[in-house]
Amino acid sequence: MKSFVFPEFQIIRDEEKCGQCRGCERQCAFGTHTYDPVADRLISDETKCAGCQRCVIFCPKHAIVVRPAPSFYRPNASWSREKLDDLKKQAETGGVILTGSGNDKPFRIYWDHILLNASQVTNPSIDPLREPMELRTFLGAKPDIMDISAGDGKVEIKTEIGPNLMVETPILFSAMSYGAISYNAFGSLARAACKSGTYFNTGEGGLPKEMRQEFGRCAIVQVASGRFGIDAEYLNCAAAVEIKVGQGAKPGIGGHLPGEKVSQLVAETRMIPQGTDAISPAPHHDIYSIEDLSMLITALKEATNYEKPISVKIAAVHNFAAIASGIVRAGADIIAIDGLRGGTGAAPKAIRDNVGIPIELAISSLDRRLRGEGIRNRCSIIAAGGIRCSADVVKAIALGADAVYIGSAALIAMGCTLCQKCYTGKCNWGICTTDPRLSGRLNMDIASQRLANLISAWSHEIAEMLGGMGINALESLRGNRDHLRGVGLYEWELDVLGIKGAGE
Amino acid sequence: MARAEEVNGSGSLDDAPASPREVEIDAADQDTRALNDRLRELLLSGVEKVVIRNVCGQRYIGTRLYTPQHLKMDIEIFGTPGNDLAAFLFGHKITVHGNAQDGVGNTMDAGEVVVHGRSGDVLGFSMRGGEIYVRDGCGYRTALHMKEYEDKRPVLVIGGTAQDFLGEYMAGGIVVLLDLEERGHQANFIGTGMHGGVIYLRGAVDGSQLGSQVGCSPVDPSDRKVLDHYITRFLERLPEVGLSREEIINSPFLRLTPKSKRPYSTLYTY
Repeated sequence: MKSFVFPEFQIIRDEEKCGQCRGCERQCAFGTHTYDPVADRLISDETKCAGCQRCVIFCPKHAIVVRPAPSFYRPNASWSREKLDDLKKQAETGGVILTGSGNDKPFRIYWDHILLNASQVTNPSIDPLREPMELRTFLGAKPDIMDISAGDGKVEIKTEIGPNLMVETPILFSAMSYGAISYNAFGSLARAACKSGTYFNTGEGGLPKEMRQEFGRCAIVQVASGRFGIDAEYLNCAAAVEIKVGQGAKPGIGGHLPGEKVSQLVAETRMIPQGTDAISPAPHHDIYSIEDLSMLITALKEATNYEKPISVKIAAVHNFAAIASGIVRAGADIIAIDGLRGGTGAAPKAIRDNVGIPIELAISSLDRRLRGEGIRNRCSIIAAGGIRCSADVVKAIALGADAVYIGSAALIAMGCTLCQKCYTGKCNWGICTTDPRLSGRLNMDIASQRLANLISAWSHEIAEMLGGMGINALESLRGNRDHLRGVGLYEWELDVLGIKGAGE
Repeated sequence: MARAEEVNGSGSLDDAPASPREVEIDAADQDTRALNDRLRELLLSGVEKVVIRNVCGQRYIGTRLYTPQHLKMDIEIFGTPGNDLAAFLFGHKITVHGNAQDGVGNTMDAGEVVVHGRSGDVLGFSMRGGEIYVRDGCGYRTALHMKEYEDKRPVLVIGGTAQDFLGEYMAGGIVVLLDLEERGHQANFIGTGMHGGVIYLRGAVDGSQLGSQVGCSPVDPSDRKVLDHYITRFLERLPEVGLSREEIINSPFLRLTPKSKRPYSTLYTY
């Protein structure tokens, strides 16, 4: 069937600059560029281009420009080009439209409507270059009452405190499974987490055996509905265990890692036969209630001898705060909450773009709900989905989060350009693929250094912003909405965020 | 670690085989956590067999028995263990003299569970290894998403039959429903989303009871060999059913297998 879909991108090659080195041809796994030996020039098939910019950046002569195709249908506010093209694709194939990365639709990004405070004259600001700044955070349940005994200059904590994760900076790497991302990308996250005093999350694809001894201490291992690669050894090698109930990019649905991506190594790690679909059902079929969830939380605590905090990750959806309250009461030590703009390796576009709520609103309502019920201390909150910079982290914490997960930001640090073709398995940047030729492009030493640099840079910026507010410990910012003001927001939005308007 | 195991292993071979250290405990006044604390303590102290009397609803028995040294223990339970018996079980052997509740063998990795009675819902959920033998029937959602990998092939043999949603999303392993009382298989939605493994049913099942991804065929001689092996093991462990191997094996069996390893491969468009 002749496809009526426009090419998404236009490729402009400067023939004057092009040296026919065929580098672009080698770089593109989608087969966009081919060499015509008769004409001695490179031909580009724009219908194949994912717009990932790999060829542009690696062209030694800077001869290529890839930009959105200028062709357009008659402008129509209701029928955008994307709507038309998606509809045509479905008419041609009858399939569900898949996509990758996070929601790219223009829903309000509240981070950009929230401003931070700074000290002036009274309560002087603190210079983080001269003064110690405490970014260290403990994630896990805190007791209701702390019983201590003091004497002989010694202070002893008498209350038994459950296991907590100590993180040097409030930024953790979000769940990205081996299989969805490449071995090298996965390993780079692991190395960077250990180097930076933080944690990476294995996602539901297991943790390769050879990584356990070295990186287990910085790993949060996930237990999702597919239960891939899970045994007592996997659970016990990690720092914490996370039950994945939902994901911001696709709340309410499961996942299918297509058989093509289940290579021998992925099969070994997930402990499923090579080439089969790795199907994660939409719900955990042993969890149909808060009581059932409580049972799995306790089963995991039992399986890890009560030595590790148990996290439960849910997507931010309507009324999720009431559910989260149940999750805390079910015994979770950490709640990870993933917002509307959270990323994914593959999700139906209809779900990614239409389900969930923005993380900023979610953090605030969750924090307020748990405080209102007097159970905020019983769990930590990790916010995820749409954290783009250090200021977003600071705002998330002031809204009530204990720490954040970054997924897309970490991938971008390694080279990702958010082309959204993760589900094809042909990632030219070697990140979202299991093809050894492609994943070999990602050098683990360099990629982990880029990630560690990012964490370090953001941590410095967080310290600067804290110091500017006259605060020297992250703890003092947590849920401290007085340091936030909204601009350009409706009254209800300010109410949900629990912040005043700017100037108030 | 490997060296230590070797030394222990050869040590026990060279020495005269000592009778396993056996301990009996009373669970009457112990809550879940206390009972599992005790079991872990016993395992770490080298006990190889524990008999637990008066078990009444304590959950997760066998779950907290992972050790880096891979110590193993036999547990004999008298009474009714609570939910999630043998969850994440790491190679231990559990015998229940009584009925079991929900979630037996949840994400079980290796070992053996024998139930001299019936088992509740979600039996063998996401189980990836080991064997479970249940004398009577079991509840809903049995063998959901059971899976296998290389030499890890979970086996679930049920003397009775199962209820709805049996083998949903099943990705590997062997399930045998013997229906020894010949009540007939009543379950609906069997094997929806199944993409691996095999279910053997003694007796008949109607096509309307099966998920659309399931293929149904009579057993062939190689299936009979598998059945013979596991029925023999079932009878060795549960002799009280009072039937001979021949009586069971020489009946019609059906084999349910997935039509495709990739049930959703045509669902999406790029």
